Amino acid sequence: MLEQQLLNALTLGSVYALFALGFTLVFGVLAVINLSHGAVFMVGSYAALALVTHFNAPLWMAMCGAMLASGILGLLVDMLVLKPLRAREAPHLIPMIATIGVGIMLTSAAQGLFGAEVLRFPEETLPAGEFVIGDVHVRALEIAIVMIAFVLMALLFTILKYTQLGRALRAIAESPKAASLLGINVEGLFHVTSFAAAALGGIAGVLIGLNFNAITPYMGQPMLHKGIAVIILGGMGDIRGALIGGLFLGFAEVISKAYLSSQMGDAVAFGLLFLILLVRPSGLFGRKLERKA
Amino acid sequence: MSADKQHSLLSIRNVGKHFGGLHVLQDVSFEVPAGSIYGLIGPNGAGKTTVFNLITGLLAPSSGSIEFKGESLVGQQPHQITRKGIARTFQNIRIFKEMDLLENVMVGMHDHLRYGPAALLFNTGACKAAEKRARERALELLSWVGLDHKADMLADNLSYGDQRKLEFARALATEPKLLLLDEPVAGMNPSEKTVLMEEINNIRNRGYGVFMIEHDMRFVMGLCDRIAVLNFGRIIAEGSPDEVRNNPEVIEAYLGKEEAA
Amino acid sequence: MEWFNDFWSTYSTLVFSVGVHILLALSIWLTLSCGLLSLANAAFMGIGAYVAALLTLHLEWSFGTVLLAGGVAPAAVALIIGAPVLRLSGVYLAMATLAFGEVVRITVLNLEITGGPEGLNGIPLSTEAWHIALILAVTVYGLARLRRSKVGRAFEAIKEDEIAARLMGIDVDRYKLLAFSLGAFIAGIAGALNAHFTFFISPREYGFENAVDILTMAVLGGFSNLIGPMLGATILTLLPELLRSLHDFRSLVNGAVLVLVVLFLPKGIWEPRRIRAWVQRFKGGRA
Repeated sequence: MLEQQLLNALTLGSVYALFALGFTLVFGVLAVINLSHGAVFMVGSYAALALVTHFNAPLWMAMCGAMLASGILGLLVDMLVLKPLRAREAPHLIPMIATIGVGIMLTSAAQGLFGAEVLRFPEETLPAGEFVIGDVHVRALEIAIVMIAFVLMALLFTILKYTQLGRALRAIAESPKAASLLGINVEGLFHVTSFAAAALGGIAGVLIGLNFNAITPYMGQPMLHKGIAVIILGGMGDIRGALIGGLFLGFAEVISKAYLSSQMGDAVAFGLLFLILLVRPSGLFGRKLERKA
Repeated sequence: MSADKQHSLLSIRNVGKHFGGLHVLQDVSFEVPAGSIYGLIGPNGAGKTTVFNLITGLLAPSSGSIEFKGESLVGQQPHQITRKGIARTFQNIRIFKEMDLLENVMVGMHDHLRYGPAALLFNTGACKAAEKRARERALELLSWVGLDHKADMLADNLSYGDQRKLEFARALATEPKLLLLDEPVAGMNPSEKTVLMEEINNIRNRGYGVFMIEHDMRFVMGLCDRIAVLNFGRIIAEGSPDEVRNNPEVIEAYLGKEEAA
Repeated sequence: MEWFNDFWSTYSTLVFSVGVHILLALSIWLTLSCGLLSLANAAFMGIGAYVAALLTLHLEWSFGTVLLAGGVAPAAVALIIGAPVLRLSGVYLAMATLAFGEVVRITVLNLEITGGPEGLNGIPLSTEAWHIALILAVTVYGLARLRRSKVGRAFEAIKEDEIAARLMGIDVDRYKLLAFSLGAFIAGIAGALNAHFTFFISPREYGFENAVDILTMAVLGGFSNLIGPMLGATILTLLPELLRSLHDFRSLVNGAVLVLVVLFLPKGIWEPRRIRAWVQRFKGGRA
């Protein structure tokens, strides 16, 4: 049974990591806690569902469409909400509050448009098939989810590590001012980051929607909380930390649900998170960062 | 009136401070006597503001001792140190911009306003009287720096020079025995400097000790009783303005820097 | 008087809600006035509501004592968690208080004594209009006194520049703890009052969304004085009633209000100080 749980944990954990990567990327580059990331995640899954059910799009195309749609949404949030706040140099809690508002608007809009009830992908659109390895049942869907998540994360790591774009982004994360003095188009890269982060959030939404085959307007909220937990575990703004933190949370959640009560699993996660914040605000795996006095 | 014979107000002994491997201060020692004006000069990045941060408890020294009136300050919290009678201004002015001038100065009186929660809640006579006294004292301090006519203006709307004056008045409101001034004349014009020089002299004459960091040599030399020179985290000279002026090491530190620049 | 009776029978719950929301908005105003963005106030309200309701249901304490206990319990919790939590600042504090709120919600969801997800039913309707009016009046008076005293000035100083405040002799940690736990006290009493006129409480009412609702009220009204949060709470409580026709899109308005206010009215709708400063500048310019 343990192997089965580990497989579930890997599936969940990889999606958490994917979601948290976008979240932490925005914090690292824009220095904003974007609390609309959960709603963007939800929008991604609805976008894929709409493409599949209304336009009969194949699943892979629906995924690309969902990434594009949520990416554009993230870009709009950056241009319409975050940019004016940057322009007037609002203290960093202000953009966070604004993104809460964006999240509420998106959730409420989804509820108005699609209703509050659970929507599902038609069975025939899901990848069928199941392998049995020993006692473990492996769904093709799970393999697909884990692979998509890891391919996207590998892509992101490669871009950040080896390309000019990645170097520029890292320079901005260090100091936007210095970066702009070096001739880096900081505003442009803020837009790129917002787009990419939201696209990752959106595809994470599709993957979770597929995994449980359940989509609701409210699915973003718990995910947002998990995302917060992950980036605090991993260190805020730390890309590698988000990956490790995501996987860790996936395992912690599945194991505590299996061996404790299902609800207490969440309490364990948040209790842990709360404790970590008290003891090590820079995260469990993050570098120890100098807090400003 | 020799400073050496006076009772020492602040004494810094063998103080060192390092951040990781970076040694900002090494073996720094000097004494600030009561009733005098003491200057700390040195090239940029010599560690002068760090000395202030150590004295006021914003940073803890890595080694050495800091004593105020014979009492150790090491390990004390900033607010406790303020309450012992040390006040400071900042190089990059830190006034409370969203408050008016009167409130700014009254914040400085925080610890001297002694009324309990019940007195506060029921606005008792004692509480009213304490607040009234504080307001009067604040106005007095404001008039002393020439800002009383702007008492109910938002501090944010003050000119740069006026902001320095306000910070000055606010520091005095804590009723310090020792006033630390971090570059008090930065960005001031010559006539403002002359006025400030008089004010600082006034403060000394009222019995305060003054300890200042300053780049303006004429200002420092004209005002200070004694001067210490900090270079690369070490004291390279200490003495009267004349002694310091003629010290070969000091000349080299300053001239050497200019050659490099 | 007949019109009044009609009005009251239809709208008394709404009026009660306005009162409770004003208390909540004031509670977060208090912590914000000390520069702390805490998202724990909904959880404190929940602790107050559950403690009060349980005392009423099981021990049958008198209503006055129950209300007091409803305030004291979350204040005690705030005192305990405050010392470590308040070392954090900015977004870290917001995240920690958010996590704390989740811990409280999930704990309440899982305990037997709190009735789990179904919550508590059959709480006597002890809250009367004058209770709310009296508590509001006392709170507003107390906060107004606080604002005009050394405590209020200390809060404001900490909000603007913590280091400068420390160097003014202010014991910053103690005052933060005071603002945090006093805020919890007010939120707890609001929760206790609320529990005794809604008949029923459940963990759903004290989650993240509720924390955000409370914050929205203060943001909308403005932090600069007490009128701001009171106005914000009133508007945001009445707005959904006026927007009933929007059905599912109702909370869209809440979200939009939050975004628009942050973008276009950074000081909230009630900001007399700026106005006065403008007047002053205008006068100064002419003199």
